[in-house]
Amino acid sequence: MDLSAINPVLLIASLMVAATPILLAAIGELVVEKAGVLNLGVEGMMIVGAIAGFAITVESGSPFLGFIAAAIAGALLSLLFVVLTQVAQANQVASGLALTLFGLGLSALMGQGYVGIKPPATPKLEIPLLSDIPVLGPILFNHDLVLYLGIALTAAVWAALKYTRMGLILRAVGENHDAAHALGYKVIRIRIMAIMFGGACAGLGGAYISLIRVPQWTEGMTAGVGWIALALVVFASWKPWRALLGAYLFGGVTVIQLNLQAAGVAIPVEYLAMSPYLITIIVLVILSADKSSAPAALGRNFHASR
Amino acid sequence: MKLTKLFTGAAVALGLATGLSTAAMAMDKTKVGFVYVGPVGDGGWTYEHNKGRLAVEAEFGDKVETVFVESVPEGPDAERVMTQMALQGADLIFTTSFGYMDPTINVAKKFPKVKFEHATGYKQAENVSVYSARFYEGRAVQGTIAGHMTKSNIIGYIGSYPIPEVIRGINSAYIHAQKVNPDVEFKIIWAYTWFDPAKEADAAKVLIEQGADVILQHTDSTAPQAAAQAAGNVITFGQASDMSEYGPMPRVSSIIDDWAPYYIARTQAVMDGTWTSVNTWDGIGAGMVGIGEISDAVPADVKATALALKDALADGSYHAFTGPLKKQDGSDWLAEGETADDGTLAGMNFYVEGLEGDIPQ
Repeated sequence: MDLSAINPVLLIASLMVAATPILLAAIGELVVEKAGVLNLGVEGMMIVGAIAGFAITVESGSPFLGFIAAAIAGALLSLLFVVLTQVAQANQVASGLALTLFGLGLSALMGQGYVGIKPPATPKLEIPLLSDIPVLGPILFNHDLVLYLGIALTAAVWAALKYTRMGLILRAVGENHDAAHALGYKVIRIRIMAIMFGGACAGLGGAYISLIRVPQWTEGMTAGVGWIALALVVFASWKPWRALLGAYLFGGVTVIQLNLQAAGVAIPVEYLAMSPYLITIIVLVILSADKSSAPAALGRNFHASR
Repeated sequence: MKLTKLFTGAAVALGLATGLSTAAMAMDKTKVGFVYVGPVGDGGWTYEHNKGRLAVEAEFGDKVETVFVESVPEGPDAERVMTQMALQGADLIFTTSFGYMDPTINVAKKFPKVKFEHATGYKQAENVSVYSARFYEGRAVQGTIAGHMTKSNIIGYIGSYPIPEVIRGINSAYIHAQKVNPDVEFKIIWAYTWFDPAKEADAAKVLIEQGADVILQHTDSTAPQAAAQAAGNVITFGQASDMSEYGPMPRVSSIIDDWAPYYIARTQAVMDGTWTSVNTWDGIGAGMVGIGEISDAVPADVKATALALKDALADGSYHAFTGPLKKQDGSDWLAEGETADDGTLAGMNFYVEGLEGDIPQ
């Protein structure tokens, strides 16, 4: 065992990278669920975002355009969910699952010409002076823009839900769509916007995996991150900062267990491998004491004539 | 209909030679099924098996029909997929991952007329063959290059599951790296997956952060190559597939699986009615294991040493596990000049002396 081989600074920096795709997808889904819609299609939207972002980056040479394309692709795919659940009034759980399966297939199709291609590197935002500070520099000031965007988005969603009129309306729709409708709010329209926002965030998260975390395209490369993001929303009791905490916790345990293995720690590997899930479950149990915030209308379809 | 077919199949297999049952079906196209553990676009393991499938189609044209199912989890789901294939009239089914071993045996019992071929397993039956490649021969070549090339003397190894095949590869790579560089040290991470690019990339990054400048992998994606490339001065090897898109650096060579000749031969055997259950384990000599071009990033003398080893392995003048070798706990394993027998290799569950850490049990 050689724990000194683990560099805590690099460890924290890499856990932030590992956490970002989960965080982006979770924040998007949090908004969707706050509006009273349960979209289980996160994984599908992520993988479509991953290939769309990858393809556009390769074709245009610009990671910036790639991320924008990924957000658009995620939002477009979520429109399918909109048509099914908001227009055709289909069951949300089934539609979400279908969206994931469809997304996985569609992405494999879209990605056929992109296997084995390397994307242009996404530049890091290296702030002069600040990124040279020992310890804090590599942790806080030596990342790509999207990582900061994830944190900024968390703050923005938190502030918007808590302090703005828009956030209040969104929550009203999620708590009691009939009341919101009676007050004259366009329930369906608000939900469509929320679903598309969720799709855009999931797309960004997917592109983060294919452009930064792994830099390549392979089928099925999101490998369940979307499902973790879904669980994380419940885990976070629909609170943005807790989602951030949860994402870092999950990303952290994932990275730490790999570090411990490489350092030869004598804990059986099986325990290390299951630790991210174990800790998620434990924290979930602890936090479940807080029953405050599941949106009351979550998963229920709304039709104005009822 | 299907039930009667099943019963006749069982009766025929019980009473008659296997040849007759296939002759009865010779009118139809021969249907060959493939069960894959990953997506065909993984760029590694499944990609190569699928190349073998396409080679079967190219060889026999209209006389065969192939079907495949990709990304099948190793577990009860695999059994369902195989049953489905057999019910749809497949004559020959290749199941291409170690975890399909028991499902293959179970399904084979239910369909005695259908031939099964399980890759990398060890359980045979009347209608189940096993086949695998001696990847450890390729890993000996990689280990030699790795031992020469490492400057930090730390070599990272990403293992999938602690099964004999993977352990064999680690031992073989270590023995040969150590032979050319006595100071070399292996850091091993078990990923518990065959295919998860994000996890493989993370594992590679962790190994690089902890000082490794050579990464070996026994997982299927090209994510470790991408991570090595981002790090700059780290070398890797293509796994299962050539992965030449990452050459000349970080990918400096590769182990390639070439299943096409075997798949064609076995399909032919089913067509001819000569199929019998066999245990095939071929290496570099038979062409089942290929060594991808060693790139210019490797110095010429190292390249020559590696190629000489490859030739010696191919013509059988050298065995990758030749004594004197001890086990990790210090007990004797092979005496001077003694070579390991296939039984020990097939069930290998120990590290050789010098490797650190425990094998997860």
